[in-house]
Amino acid sequence: MTDASSIWPPVLLTLQLAAASTALLLLVGTPVAWWLARTGTRWKEAVAAVVALPLVLPPTVLGFYLLLALGPGGPGGWLAGLGGSRSLAFSFEGILLGSVIYSMPFVVQPIRNAFEAVGDRPLEVAATLGATPWDAFWTVAVPLARPGFVSGAVLGFAHTIGEFGVVLMIGGNIPGETKVLSIAVYEYVETLQWPLAHLLAGGMLVFSFAVILATMVHQGRAGGRGSA
Amino acid sequence: MHTDRSKARDRISAGALALRLLVALPAVGAAVPVRAGDVRAAVAANFREAASEVGAAFEAATPHSVRYSFGSTGQLYAQIAFGAPFDVFLAADASRPENAIEEGFGVEGTQFTYATGRVVLYSAARGLVSGPEALHEGRFSALAIAEPTVAPYGAAAVETMRRIGAYTSAEGRLVFGLSVAQAFQFVQTGSADLGFVALAQIARRTGGSRWIVPSDFHEPIRQDAVLLERGARNPAARAFLAFLKGSEAEAILDSFGYGRED
Repeated sequence: MTDASSIWPPVLLTLQLAAASTALLLLVGTPVAWWLARTGTRWKEAVAAVVALPLVLPPTVLGFYLLLALGPGGPGGWLAGLGGSRSLAFSFEGILLGSVIYSMPFVVQPIRNAFEAVGDRPLEVAATLGATPWDAFWTVAVPLARPGFVSGAVLGFAHTIGEFGVVLMIGGNIPGETKVLSIAVYEYVETLQWPLAHLLAGGMLVFSFAVILATMVHQGRAGGRGSA
Repeated sequence: MHTDRSKARDRISAGALALRLLVALPAVGAAVPVRAGDVRAAVAANFREAASEVGAAFEAATPHSVRYSFGSTGQLYAQIAFGAPFDVFLAADASRPENAIEEGFGVEGTQFTYATGRVVLYSAARGLVSGPEALHEGRFSALAIAEPTVAPYGAAAVETMRRIGAYTSAEGRLVFGLSVAQAFQFVQTGSADLGFVALAQIARRTGGSRWIVPSDFHEPIRQDAVLLERGARNPAARAFLAFLKGSEAEAILDSFGYGRED
């Protein structure tokens, strides 16, 4: 029962999930953050609030809606039907989608802040020098907002690693597919396999500390450079 | 079917999948006597330890492999209803497998009783439990049971307390585990003074104190298994259920205190 090798599949799966989520989060979060930072519409804060909802919503609420959306009666079930199964819930794709939604505010917020800090001026200068908006975005805004991207990516990755509630609701605890690290810890505790629980929990503690420390050090450096 | 399952297992790593395809290509056309399959089983929490032994024996006796997901019977049933990709369902009651067939998730004619379970009033402390009077005396501050709406062992616990007239006095001191596994954790760690758990959870443990509830104190806990639609075309799933019916599995179940119907 206390076979330490059993901790690796959940760890690898979790890293895989976090890497895939982070990539998707940057892909989806960047345009959203850009729009939020640049737009003048009065709906802007309403959209920002929607993005930030997972900060406040209990994971069970989000999980419940996702279960309905991904299940046989929802659009996810229809999509899964094309591939021959009944549901997108209880699959790696399902928890990936859940993680992306759940970690979205942690990625959008720092990138939006960074874009706002860049301001109009550098972009206007770029425009007068003949850069298209597309060029200006990639060669001026993104490099200047780099610290925001780093923070967003690190927080998105770390938050997905720590994700529990949503995965518990829509994952189904399937070894190798949806049984991520946090669920494995829960199961080890419940089944009194405390040596394994200690191993994973201790590892998470060290990992989380390292992530937060690295983010703070990075922000401190970026801040120092900005004020210099 | 086979590729479908391998893919599912290797979804962890696209790289591993590509590697496997490369390795497998030269083998195409070679004679394969029995195709190894993978069974995904949704298993009621009380059956965890027995399942892992049955699974090891099954994997030793056949080329197939089995992966378990544990939870309360009600929780697993809800997951199946929402399309969870399980091949077989080992419940802790007979009604959920029945429902699964009625609702079209289960395959008709495949339901059978793989075990009958027993409930135990258990405490990690010595001498606390010797009989039903442990409930009457009120010497406890917390009594753990599994959530009766989703866990058959919790329902049997409530029935037992009603039967011995202890429910009203105990009601305010009940703590609920989401499955009988969590209820057992509460008791074993001493967080709850005592609790109703499954005999299989403590059959191999010494220490503590226990009262095995007479089987006529509650409706019998008939634990039924059923083949799910998803596993209907998976030979490994049928092989697993056949193995569960067989004498080797019976011996394992017996050692955990489970009974067999007839």
